[in-house]
Amino acid sequence: MLLPRVIPCLDVKDRRVVKGVRFQGLRDAGDPVERAGAYAAQGADELVLLDVSATPEGRGHALEVVRAVREALPLPLTVGGGVRAAGDAEALLDAGADKVAVNTAAVREPELLGRLARRFGRQCTILALDAARAGAGWEVVVRSGRDRTGRDALEWAAEAVGRGAGEILLTSWDRDGTGSGYDLELLAAMRAAVEVPIIASGGAAGPSHMAEALAAGADAVLAATIFHDGHTTVADLKAELAALGVEVRR
Amino acid sequence: MMSEVVILRTGTANLASVAAAVHRAGRRTRITDSVDDITAAERLVLPGVGAFGAVVARIDAMHARAPLVERIGAGRPTLAICLGLQLLAAASEESPGVDGLGVLDATVTGLPPGVRRPQLGWNRVTADPGCALLTDGDAYFANSYKLDRVPDGWRGALTDHGGAFVAAVERGAVLACQFHPELSGSWGQALVERWLELS
Repeated sequence: MLLPRVIPCLDVKDRRVVKGVRFQGLRDAGDPVERAGAYAAQGADELVLLDVSATPEGRGHALEVVRAVREALPLPLTVGGGVRAAGDAEALLDAGADKVAVNTAAVREPELLGRLARRFGRQCTILALDAARAGAGWEVVVRSGRDRTGRDALEWAAEAVGRGAGEILLTSWDRDGTGSGYDLELLAAMRAAVEVPIIASGGAAGPSHMAEALAAGADAVLAATIFHDGHTTVADLKAELAALGVEVRR
Repeated sequence: MMSEVVILRTGTANLASVAAAVHRAGRRTRITDSVDDITAAERLVLPGVGAFGAVVARIDAMHARAPLVERIGAGRPTLAICLGLQLLAAASEESPGVDGLGVLDATVTGLPPGVRRPQLGWNRVTADPGCALLTDGDAYFANSYKLDRVPDGWRGALTDHGGAFVAAVERGAVLACQFHPELSGSWGQALVERWLELS
């Protein structure tokens, strides 16, 4: 059986891990290679690295970080942030990413997903979708939550999968960094909307939140704050998940 | 000094991840698209990401088919990964009408309806007790297609995602994995190292 994945997320800016609340107020959270090595040793199942710098200089730093993390990391590495074209994705893959996540650029130009899937495969083409509650549903937000698009998140996910996305990294903008739990209604609605794997993101404070998200239909659970702040280790968290009846990787 | 491990570039694959696993084992790597290296290399890695037909076309365009078949037939140290395993089969449902390398007497089929596809994640692997390299463990997979059974003359390991299928096969110094050993944590790293140490 396919096992659920526990995925620490490193938001990286200027060669450092940072973390904020609802994408704002970034604080320093350590050295990326050190963090990656520690999470791997603790039993993380995958790592997501998001380049949250927005400058060409920052982009170059991110490639350096990906290279350094890759040499140390015997786990799948998903990298996102600032991917606007197939060439950006190729540079990240060459540096050591296994999967590439696209967000804002895919909303602006959906066919980018098709180009990435044809060139690198669907398993390599990840849609990062930031969703904010709007009325009875969820709206896609882009540019780190600064812009609301008016697009329905579920409709966009279904279109993206049709175009070539092989996995969805689904972040609840409302819950990000708050520790109030994943948006379970969003996860259940997304599970009904697409067949590809879903990574739940935004709001995790502990194992019970993760078990709930997996029960709601997530294939993987991502968290940043709880790991960076030393509230828990991946090993402790997986042991607690196992105690809650979730089968995890040994 | 030990010779470098040669990684064949068959298109855009996560070559850096494969190279990093070899580096962690204390060995050097060289990425090549020269067909001569297929015969000359002491140890060859055949990675693969993408569609079966596209990569077979690339192998044929670089005239790599005959040297690969010969090398694997002779049992020379070769590690095939993910699509690299599927390329060794006779054919694949992914690209009907395209001939694989035919080293394995098998046809590649799609994952059945009703399961998550692509399979992206960790799955349990159970090895045939007669395996020299493969052991039981948890491995990282990224696939939509698979081999249904271990071909005659090979030892193997199985996994299950909507039914049992081949996680890996081995024969002497030839190891072909559907999963990504380079991404399968310390268990995968140990498997890579056993393959590197096998003479």
